[in-house]
Amino acid sequence: MISLFILVPLAGLILLNLPFTGGLRRATWGFALAVALAEAGAVLLAPAAWWTTPTPMDRFFAFALAAPDVSRVLLLSIGIVLFAALAVARSMIEDSRRRSNFASLLLVSLVGMNGAVLVTDLFSLYVFLEVASVASFVLIAFNRDSRALEGAFKYIILSVVATVLMVSAVALLLMVAGGTSYEAVRSALDSSGDALVAKIAVGAFIAGLFIKGGLVPFHGWLPDAYAAAPAPVSILLAGIVTKVMGIYALVRLAGEVFVPAGPLGDVLMLVGAVSIVVGALAALVQTDLKRMLAYSSISQVGYIVLGVGCFASAGPSEAASLALVGAVFHLFNHAIFKSLLFVNSAAIEQRLGTTDMNRMRGLGSRMPLTGTTSVIAALSTAGVPPLAGFWSKLIIVIALWQAHDYGYAGLAVLMSVVTLAYMLVMQRRIFFGKVSDEFAHVEEAGLGLVVPALVLAILVVAVGLLVPWVLDTFMLPVAGLF
Amino acid sequence: MTLTIILVALLVVAALVTVMAARIMWAAIALAATSAVLTILMFRLDAPLAAVFELSVCAGLIPAIFISTISLTRRLTPEALAQRKREKLRRYAPLPILVIVVAAILVQSHLALDFPPPPPAQETDVRNVLWNLRHIDLVGQIVVLMGAAFAVVVLLKELKRDK
Repeated sequence: MISLFILVPLAGLILLNLPFTGGLRRATWGFALAVALAEAGAVLLAPAAWWTTPTPMDRFFAFALAAPDVSRVLLLSIGIVLFAALAVARSMIEDSRRRSNFASLLLVSLVGMNGAVLVTDLFSLYVFLEVASVASFVLIAFNRDSRALEGAFKYIILSVVATVLMVSAVALLLMVAGGTSYEAVRSALDSSGDALVAKIAVGAFIAGLFIKGGLVPFHGWLPDAYAAAPAPVSILLAGIVTKVMGIYALVRLAGEVFVPAGPLGDVLMLVGAVSIVVGALAALVQTDLKRMLAYSSISQVGYIVLGVGCFASAGPSEAASLALVGAVFHLFNHAIFKSLLFVNSAAIEQRLGTTDMNRMRGLGSRMPLTGTTSVIAALSTAGVPPLAGFWSKLIIVIALWQAHDYGYAGLAVLMSVVTLAYMLVMQRRIFFGKVSDEFAHVEEAGLGLVVPALVLAILVVAVGLLVPWVLDTFMLPVAGLF
Repeated sequence: MTLTIILVALLVVAALVTVMAARIMWAAIALAATSAVLTILMFRLDAPLAAVFELSVCAGLIPAIFISTISLTRRLTPEALAQRKREKLRRYAPLPILVIVVAAILVQSHLALDFPPPPPAQETDVRNVLWNLRHIDLVGQIVVLMGAAFAVVVLLKELKRDK
């Protein structure tokens, strides 16, 4: 049944955009929302047998797909973030034609992300990463103003560099392995992992994923793209797209395909740690809310990569399993709380017409729901108990400690304090104090922005409170994959 | 071997001209030349189908679209062209040197591709690989094209409507 994750959005995309179905195009937004909710619902409710049952269409499409536990966590995250992005788009894109185009591009992005999450072949992974990238280029430039076009252009240029690296890597690995399936490449690396060409190929592919994931020092495109994109697109990019394109692929390949190839874990840990520090320090000095959240994303994604690095370098051990669970759990949590922060930013942008934090003050009294949900997301980002972000960071730190990486563990804790600092500074600037005269008559955002914020805030709290169930049901099985 | 080396050198020179040309028309023509040289190399490497794709699409169709679009734009004034040449020279002057240094390192290092021969390919007929074994990639490519179509609608058609 898992081919439905690709075929259903694709079929809807084609049918709703046929030339003679003009009226149907208006249903694209509703269809995309239904697909997003169905995707999340399938992960939560479908029985185990559903995932391996073939569909009648599988007779026509020879797809080599698989949905291990880590993929299901990603599918759930994709469904939730897509719901938030679509709900915000409903409020912020008033023209129905533009909203339909936006929803269509979101469906293109969805096919790309679902494909990347489910394929079991390196070349197919590259193809679906490109699908998601193409949709992202257009979505960033959606408003067609100069900032949006500049952000999209920067993303295209760096994405092309990533593409060249990944295609070259796939070509080299094809030469070594005689195929590009994960299994064939893994088997070839088991026997030829020390060959120079294999090391170059693995290094090139990983560097491509670093660019796609916006990790330091390949992060140049990310703040501009997140800040310049329309609010629903920022939610999508920060919430899930860069995670699927860079980080999920890194988790899957580091665990399933590339492990025998050299000191990959050490490189990942170093890049993760540098990203945590650079992202957090840069976030401290930002005055634009969306840019601050973008740098915060770089820092938080650094935690995930630090966990993946610990998993890859520790070898088969309890610490490695724990690190992987922590990384995937933080990936899920970050998708939720960063989407929430960008929904809050959309509410502020819609009401104030700006994201310049220097102009804001005391909005908590005017926008209480936005303020409250923003505090929840900020505390979760900083890893304050008992919210979701606390547990995933705790698991990563414990894994690092167990693997005797004390320096990295200390750094992770220290930078959580810095995260708390910039998040509290942001809260104080925007929501606390006496409201400025300029925005004294601002009102709470509309339902279209408040409802997704409340849903995401409830998720952040619920995941934190129900952490034993979340770990048992979704996260701990991830460690059994590799 | 000598011809291959000459072709690779030509490929690099054409690619450098593509990046460094001050006139965008010259860049488009140099890009077509790069693809044409690559086509010959692919033929020599026993990849005739890839060569045909490279020739028809990358050396033919894409430069044709570029040149048609460029022909709709205004030419640069002599002053602007001189300014552009100076900028390009300043920005890209290290590029040929970098290419020469990297080439020298690669030649001197005698890269040892020391891996066991891969298992025989599951299927060697490109048509069969494309149409029977890689359905998922074909779907992906169709969706990329759809994404490009939406790009035209969102970025160009809507712009025209707004005006």
